Amino acid sequence: MTRNGVIRAGLLVSALVASYPIVAQVPSDRIRSAAAEPQNWLTYNGTYNSQRFSTLAQITPANVADLEMKWVVQNQVFGAWQSNPLVVDGVMYLTQRPNDVMAVDARTGAMFWLYRYTPSDKARVCCGANNRGVAILGDTLFMGTLDARLIAIDAKNGRPLWNVEVGDVNRAYSITMAPLVVKDKVLVGVGGGEFGIRGYVAAYDAKTGREAWRFYTIPGPGEPGHNTWSGDDWEHGGAPVWVTGSYDPDLNLTYWGVGNPGPDWNPDQRPGDNLYSDSVVALDADTGRLKWHFQFTPNDAYDYDAVQVPVLVDMNWRGAPAKLMLWANRNGYAYVLDRVTGRFLSGTPFVKVNWSSGLDEKGRPNQTPQPEGQPTFPGNQGGTNWYPPSFSPRTGLFYFAAWENYGTVYRKEESVYEPGRNFLGGGFTVVAPGVGAPTIGIGRRGPINNWTDEVGHGSTLAWDPQTGEVKWKYEQFDVSDSGMLTTASDLLFTGGREGHFHALDARTGALLWRTSLGGQIVMAPITYQVEGRQYVSVIAGNSLVTFGLRNARR
Amino acid sequence: MTHSYRQARCALLVVLFAVAAGAGQAHAQGMQDHQYTSQDIEAGSRVYSAQCALCHGVNGDTVNGVDLRRGRFRRSITDEDIAGVVATGLPAAGMPAIALRPAEVTGLIAFIRAGFDPSGVAVKVGNIARGRALYAGKGMCASCHRIDGAGPRIAPDLSEVGAARTPATLQGSLLEPSATMWPINRPVHIVTKDGREIRGRRLNEDTYSVQLIDENERLVSLSKADLRTFEIGTASPMPSVAKTFTPDEVADMVAYLLSLKGTR
Repeated sequence: MTRNGVIRAGLLVSALVASYPIVAQVPSDRIRSAAAEPQNWLTYNGTYNSQRFSTLAQITPANVADLEMKWVVQNQVFGAWQSNPLVVDGVMYLTQRPNDVMAVDARTGAMFWLYRYTPSDKARVCCGANNRGVAILGDTLFMGTLDARLIAIDAKNGRPLWNVEVGDVNRAYSITMAPLVVKDKVLVGVGGGEFGIRGYVAAYDAKTGREAWRFYTIPGPGEPGHNTWSGDDWEHGGAPVWVTGSYDPDLNLTYWGVGNPGPDWNPDQRPGDNLYSDSVVALDADTGRLKWHFQFTPNDAYDYDAVQVPVLVDMNWRGAPAKLMLWANRNGYAYVLDRVTGRFLSGTPFVKVNWSSGLDEKGRPNQTPQPEGQPTFPGNQGGTNWYPPSFSPRTGLFYFAAWENYGTVYRKEESVYEPGRNFLGGGFTVVAPGVGAPTIGIGRRGPINNWTDEVGHGSTLAWDPQTGEVKWKYEQFDVSDSGMLTTASDLLFTGGREGHFHALDARTGALLWRTSLGGQIVMAPITYQVEGRQYVSVIAGNSLVTFGLRNARR
Repeated sequence: MTHSYRQARCALLVVLFAVAAGAGQAHAQGMQDHQYTSQDIEAGSRVYSAQCALCHGVNGDTVNGVDLRRGRFRRSITDEDIAGVVATGLPAAGMPAIALRPAEVTGLIAFIRAGFDPSGVAVKVGNIARGRALYAGKGMCASCHRIDGAGPRIAPDLSEVGAARTPATLQGSLLEPSATMWPINRPVHIVTKDGREIRGRRLNEDTYSVQLIDENERLVSLSKADLRTFEIGTASPMPSVAKTFTPDEVADMVAYLLSLKGTR
């Protein structure tokens, strides 16, 4: 021990000397080229195009059955754990509720430091004290907080560097998403769509925290689109941005999914299309100026947030090379858009849809509201939701979690806006087979499934953007809030509420390996490599579990 | 995994939903001696949707250890306790203080006490002692159900049924057992690939396995990959009392079942 200690101390000194002067670890060009260093996971979705596809291929269909648990980090805080880890040169950074950040050894889970931030007790969030992770630039991490602040943290020692207000906590602005770093700016959006906020995406100087630009997702007086609102509805019309966007460096555009208009369930109270709620917006990364928008669900009555991850794909479209955006929406349609212009290319339902009878040539739905008391499909949690999808350039398929045969009955009522209070305009009930029978919840209700698949079930869909058809599906008994990860060995990793972690054949959907982790998986897995060994990490319940091959060679 | 039985079950679901919704309204009647008025409950329903449902869920059971609809709380016992928690919040548990007007608090408590069921208090509730006698005698309930350790385990244990159900749902179960049966309680018939035949009632199920109690009261856990047949019946083994009980007897049975709150 002593001898080893001496040797290691000697190594440490020489390492420090050798690396002096210290250079910033993750400059922006490393993030831009993240796909070229698959051993790391540098952004929320791995790369700016958000494909969640890794070129790592040590774990293959042939050896995936040799995966074994390497280490576990247990969350010390109760509640659904939706954090997405980053991995930078052997160090993993992740968050836990409410706004803690930790740095751990990505080989062992041993902790370097833990930063704890206590959000204001005035913070209000609709659906739990969630945080989905940090962003990195240079040697600095960035976290949004439940009380709508943005905090810069020293990645080496966990000390806060600056802390700025993004939104007014007294009016229930909040941040649950992981920020997105583009060049020298940190981009983040605000939540609060159930509290009558006016949503926006804002960019902050990474060094100082000074606001560089802000794009309101509801246009103000005199701006294009303002006439899609009436009276003062725009001032508290929701349209939050609570899932991390994507970035195309060649076009210098960032893409963001925008959430529901408010009040959620009473469209009569806010006549008009309610732009840019339930839309994707393409913003100039330097100025925040709107380049284009596409609205999936005008005058939404169903809480169909368009808060899915914009997945950017370069592939042929009708025979010619194209820059596309793939989007499986909460409203039950899967879309292909031209991400240069925002032009609608195709849209097809991937689950049962009865709120709309179809899309016109511009992608606008023909809405068919159901009679009062009758179920609407997909139900309130949507055909899919915020869970990160994946695209494999090897298979050409788009993978996402779908909720099938899940419907809800909506109820509208007039709501009065009061700052900081819920602004919902009604409510919903999940269709259940009998009065008082258990139904699906927003989260898993417990270890015993007494609602059964009669109220809906989950499927992993492999969707072909060229045909709009589901190539294969893998069904689960309960629904799934799990995201997706694909690799260059044609593996697809995903989970679900039941706590099973699966490796599927990305080409066929065949189950190659699974293990029960005993807690719901409500985030996507990631993969990375340290010292020549590939790892796969996934959060289930209160544990982050990391797998590697039993006998991986260095 | 195959789901040949899924489509049939989903078609059934819609029908059952319509029947159950209709049944609830048909039996709505007045009940004067209840502490809260139906207006209180209705008002509380709106307060709940606006202030509580997103964390506690539409059924009141999404926060660990709390099931508002069934009257299970972490700390609260009395109505005053509930009012106090709403007013001050529980910062340690992540619950904010919620500023409500007095009438809103009253309504919220009424809604919770009514089991989230606007028609819950409208069901006629009779005499507990007469209901207990019917349970053991004319109703022959004890030949399948179990209460506080006495009786078979083939049908669901009723020791806490009064905490879990509302008067309206209990009445529905007595009159229309098949229409109101929760899916998890549907009778299952299984044949394993090695020829074993099992009948019973599910306790839990996931993508790959099913747990059940069989007709010999054994706990059985099966991998779906090992099954040749997996059928889920839609007819409840329980007979309706609609033709054998008088309306007063139904009310007495509801009263007795409501009184079963478990021994905890």
